[in-house]
Amino acid sequence: MIDQDSKILLEVRGLCATVNNSEILKGIDLTIKSGEIHAIMGTNGSGKSTLAKVLAGHTDYEITGGTVDFEGKNLFDLAPEERARAGIFLGFQYPIEIPGVANNQFLRLAFNTAQVQQNKDELDPLEFDDLVREKMKLLEMNPDFLDRSVNENFSGGEKKRNEILQMSLLDPKIAILDETDSGLDIDALRIVSNGVNQLANKDNATILVTHYQRMLNYIVPDYVHVMESGRIVKTGGKQLALDLEKHGYDWVTIEKTAAVGA
Amino acid sequence: MSVGTDSKSLKGMLKGQSQLPISPLERINQLRSNAVNQVNALNLPTKHDEEWRFTDISPLTKISFQSAREASPLKDSDVEHFYLTEAVTRLVFIDGVYAPHLSTQIAEPFKKSGVVVSNLAAASSEDLAAIESHLGSHTELQDNIFAALNTSFLHEGALIIVPQNISVEAPIHLLFIATQKEVSSHPRCLLIAESNSRVTVIEDYVTLREETYITNAVTEFVLADSAHVNHVRIQRDSKEAFHIANCSVSLAQNSNYQSVSIAFGARISRYNLSVLLKGEGAECAADGLALISNRQLADTHACIDHIKPHCTSHQLHKCIIDDAAHAVFNGKIIVRPDAQLTNSTQSNRNLLLTSKARIDTKPQLEIFADDVKCAHGATIGQLDNEEIFYLKSRGLSEVTARDLLTYAFGAEVIERIPVASLKLRLEQVVHKQTQRD
Repeated sequence: MIDQDSKILLEVRGLCATVNNSEILKGIDLTIKSGEIHAIMGTNGSGKSTLAKVLAGHTDYEITGGTVDFEGKNLFDLAPEERARAGIFLGFQYPIEIPGVANNQFLRLAFNTAQVQQNKDELDPLEFDDLVREKMKLLEMNPDFLDRSVNENFSGGEKKRNEILQMSLLDPKIAILDETDSGLDIDALRIVSNGVNQLANKDNATILVTHYQRMLNYIVPDYVHVMESGRIVKTGGKQLALDLEKHGYDWVTIEKTAAVGA
Repeated sequence: MSVGTDSKSLKGMLKGQSQLPISPLERINQLRSNAVNQVNALNLPTKHDEEWRFTDISPLTKISFQSAREASPLKDSDVEHFYLTEAVTRLVFIDGVYAPHLSTQIAEPFKKSGVVVSNLAAASSEDLAAIESHLGSHTELQDNIFAALNTSFLHEGALIIVPQNISVEAPIHLLFIATQKEVSSHPRCLLIAESNSRVTVIEDYVTLREETYITNAVTEFVLADSAHVNHVRIQRDSKEAFHIANCSVSLAQNSNYQSVSIAFGARISRYNLSVLLKGEGAECAADGLALISNRQLADTHACIDHIKPHCTSHQLHKCIIDDAAHAVFNGKIIVRPDAQLTNSTQSNRNLLLTSKARIDTKPQLEIFADDVKCAHGATIGQLDNEEIFYLKSRGLSEVTARDLLTYAFGAEVIERIPVASLKLRLEQVVHKQTQRD
């Protein structure tokens, strides 16, 4: 939902980043206000997943230029865990499996870390159990997920639902969902999208990083950005995603070339 | 020269052997005298022996060990913290000596149906035939000075017999408690699981004092057709102690052996596990965890031998090595020419927590059949950066993330223990040992 009066949550200016000395992000500008849903689309290798990881603080990437302000603070002053506690959430494309740690134990640990950060009381296992079971209903998750090891032997769809469950528990200000739609069948896509829609409100923002338009049938974006070679080359409304689906990513490149030619 | 000193020292450990009472069982007397000859003929292995390449056992020779004559006068209250709620039947040995007043009998209905859980030295005449045919039959003494030394002292021990079609639900706890300095004990276990029987056995080595002593155990498990045995082995000896153990398992047709072996204790430990899949369709899982620190050395040698077709074996052995500790894993899978359609996996995963920690690992496959599915491998490393980032992205600190992942690394094995209270206790040990903050 676009509201001119809502406040700026994230302000990205001229962001450049490299991995192993190879430049992946070449000057990204992006402004995210509360209440908004942004889709970042692009081909494989366009840099969209890198942008997601850089914002979450992945240490493989080196920031070589630009600034990112998060609620008026320099995001790069914060370690990944501090960003998480401050309200940045990254939904992983490939959630990590942790055999040996029960999902409920992990979820409670993450939840209570956030509680402490916000000067709220930690929940004991019983209190937490009530809360998490309620949240799981939203995602139509079977309660036996709680006793299984984190993501171990979960199907693709189960892993993504578990990511959104974490998002619902941590209640972030900005959720960056990296290829959350990949590996989902249509039922799982509907459930996960429904979960994301329920969690979106006027005070938070969502960034959907995706290759395909199909998730945007369920989660309607306010803005669609197209990335190519480490830059945002086109920004538009939800219609842009439909045009991309119809014409392919080449269309943006051709259009751009044509514009330059004219 | 050093060899002479070494072997002399082990011969020194035979002191007191001649004072053992003569057994009414001729088999036992024979085994003993044969074993004494072996001990006298063998030298202590050195790092020049392939089987002991990475494990220097010579510190053993610096101490003169003696066997305990009688059990320390311990009361339940001294040791009940080792007891397990689920295990109503328990045999307790103190410094190798059977402690009847701390042990508990198998429940009457089981006793009536022929289940035996007793001290080997007090075996009743009905069980002699079974003992005759199995005791010592599954353990090779040739080239195994420690098994020979144990057999030289063959006297007391744990005897478990589960008759055909009997299922013993509650686990049986074999508790070996060390209490004295410079004592050598030679625990012995024999389990005979008759066809289609079912039982869970916990072999548990604990200590009341952080002293130097040696535990030198021999365990034999015999599974008849379709028998199902869970074997949990916990080695939590003193961190100054020596722990040597030989376990031989024989599996008949369609039998199933599930084992989890945990090593927390001992200055130097060596566990030899030998599983023989002798009947078609036999299954075995042999998982292990060594969690060691300071200057501990934990060595596991496993040999899983597929003799017949359609057998399955899975082994996951993990080591968490802290400080300057040293773990050794040697896992050999043999698939004999007859053993077609074998399905075997073996994985050894090691987590080194410091730059001084060390692992020597050698997974070996020897396959002589052509239609088999075998996979094996070893990994050595530190914690995975992607895993750490995942946890940090959920707000966990670096230290918490590392602790959690280290804990999880060990918990994956502990989780497979089918005894809830034991599992919980061991999880707490792992938790405590993997916390940095």
